[in-house]
Amino acid sequence: MTSTLSSFVKQSWAGLRAMLVLTVLLGVLYPAVVWGVGQAVARDQAAGSLVSVDGSVVGSYLVGQQWTGAQWFWGRPSASGYAGDTSGGSNLSGTALTDEVARRASTARLDPATAPADALTASGSGLDPHVSQAYAVSQVPRVAAARGLAESQVAALVDAHVQGRVAGFLGQPRVNVLELNLALAALSGRSAG
Amino acid sequence: MSDTVSGLLTIAVLVAALAAVHVPLGSWMAKVFTDTRHWRVERLVYRLVRVDPASEQRWVTYAVAVLAFSVVGIVLLFLLIVFQSVLPLARGASMNVDTAVNTAVSFVTNTNWQSYAGEAGTSPFVQTVGLTVQNFVSPAVGLAVAIALVRGLARSSGTDLGNFWVDLVRGLFRVIVPLALVGAVVLLLGGVIQNLTAPTTVTTLSGGHQVLQGGLVASQEAIKELGTNGGGYFNANSAHPFENPNAVTNLVEVFLLLVIPFSLPRTYGVMVGDRRQGWTVLGFMASLWALMLTAVTWSEVHAAAGPLGALEGKEVRFGVWPSALFATSTTATSTGAVNSMHESFSALGGGGALFSMMLGELSPGGVGTGLYSALVVAILTVFIAGLMVGRTPELLGKQIGRREITLTALTVLVMPLLVLVFTGIGIVAPLVTSQMLATGPHGLTEVMYAYTSAANNNGSAFAGFSADTPYTNLTLALCMFVGRFAPIVLVLALAGSLVAQRRRPVTAGTLPTHSPTFVGLFVGVAVVVGGLTFFPALALGPLAEALS
Repeated sequence: MTSTLSSFVKQSWAGLRAMLVLTVLLGVLYPAVVWGVGQAVARDQAAGSLVSVDGSVVGSYLVGQQWTGAQWFWGRPSASGYAGDTSGGSNLSGTALTDEVARRASTARLDPATAPADALTASGSGLDPHVSQAYAVSQVPRVAAARGLAESQVAALVDAHVQGRVAGFLGQPRVNVLELNLALAALSGRSAG
Repeated sequence: MSDTVSGLLTIAVLVAALAAVHVPLGSWMAKVFTDTRHWRVERLVYRLVRVDPASEQRWVTYAVAVLAFSVVGIVLLFLLIVFQSVLPLARGASMNVDTAVNTAVSFVTNTNWQSYAGEAGTSPFVQTVGLTVQNFVSPAVGLAVAIALVRGLARSSGTDLGNFWVDLVRGLFRVIVPLALVGAVVLLLGGVIQNLTAPTTVTTLSGGHQVLQGGLVASQEAIKELGTNGGGYFNANSAHPFENPNAVTNLVEVFLLLVIPFSLPRTYGVMVGDRRQGWTVLGFMASLWALMLTAVTWSEVHAAAGPLGALEGKEVRFGVWPSALFATSTTATSTGAVNSMHESFSALGGGGALFSMMLGELSPGGVGTGLYSALVVAILTVFIAGLMVGRTPELLGKQIGRREITLTALTVLVMPLLVLVFTGIGIVAPLVTSQMLATGPHGLTEVMYAYTSAANNNGSAFAGFSADTPYTNLTLALCMFVGRFAPIVLVLALAGSLVAQRRRPVTAGTLPTHSPTFVGLFVGVAVVVGGLTFFPALALGPLAEALS
């Protein structure tokens, strides 16, 4: 027993020295190497795929946002309100979820029987940057009316922003809401000017 | 293309990639752990750590080294977390003491259960210098223990199982670190962030405000998956777009979390000098994985026919099939990362994830832990099969006698004991019922999921359960610690008992352990043991919910 104890103490010192050496290698050197690679070949990705308008950052292509106002395409409901300093889903299920969905539908003035599923459900991250094509298309009349644009014009914009499955089979077809709204703002700017 | 075709093709590509890699990687690992030479950088590390790489250890010394290294790791990580406010890059992150205990135990035991939110609980310094380091060393510890057990079967005399420090360092330098570097660069190119920018508030086009996070995420994400760790940089884990931005990174992450565990059967086959034994274990792991994947996917696809498309808690860029694939793979290993919220899954989908863990994470299990847990079930299988047909139970010519089967049975019993006792106390006392988000059977599943996840060192959650209270943090920490180290000590004792035995020659009375029949028995024993242990509890949770 005493020999096991002294062995434990001896091995603990070795463990402490090992942890210090490995912390330098794996906790400092390894992340630094990956950081360096990012700076050399993937600066944009490493920084978070940021989007700038007129020189100021307005968001990231990867991170969904809260859109307020009828003139913008909206994203999905979010359990964290797209704040960005928190993330996560509702974790609801069963009748609690049914009640929450009814609340979301009435807030967004959607008919739960016909609305696309992603318009009624919150994502796991609370930061989903995408909506389905169906949800984007269903918003065309509202957005066109609010901006005084022809529905066909806005519908064509949505069409142009549908991204297919990656490599033809991975993931789902989707529309990036920020990209779509940027194009929408540009289109309105042109129409106005 | 329909979702079904897309989903099946995704699985096909994943399986093809794993099939292509597991043979060379498995053979390489066998070479790594039998090589008689040391790399120069390894010699330097042994000098700094002051250990003699030439000396071998008996099982007790090996176990003491594992425990000492892990206890030191817990203490250091705990100190890093509680003093993070005075360390560099603090950025206002903080944690309660009980949360810090839970987190330190969690990352050292390869669980990565998180009762804090990554955005608020940990500074970039702690994430990188503390958590990333444990993400590397905790799978290396699991790998070392698995190799020690394989040596117990492979060697036919003596008492030594190898040197823990050598196994630890080689596993890191020759296997885990190189793969993590490649994985990190691939994820970085795919859009996972890697910067030290402080969170910045931007004004959006519609005039709102949003905080954009920074962090050294790509380097941590790669090892989080590869090391079957699972602790997210952010609260939303691999559902967060900065951790998992698209369908390609999603597939890469699933591949990373499966690749070492699925390659280890090859390592085993090569090291024991009979590759068919490796195929048997691989067949066992792959069958169970396919079985659980089918069940979870079927349940989610079935639910997706409803008006909500089973999309609550899931991302549009992934959809139902890749979410089910991730959920199955993360709970069939000890990873516990999530790309969708398991609590919002259908009753049987979430129940399937829970059952995968209850089987003991065998399909293919965590790095190292998967192989040694599977070998324990193999020993149980030869014992049961031996009783049925009246043959002497033996594996690879090593007799499974009273000592061996006692150690095996104890190993198998640790996890269910922790899960059922702590779930029962929590519900009946009732100490945790006020923390449940859901009521009824789903609420029970929340609590059972938490203790199952902890005792199996998984780390995924039914995240509606508010686990950040002193009682829950400390009991979960206890489950993680005992669930990790009791089996490790028992498995090393088993290895010590096996290594001392001479290999018996194969005779007509030997039960072959490399036939498809044996694989069938092997799967049957795992499912029956797990099923019988947990069926009553599951009947009150996910099964009751599915039937109501």
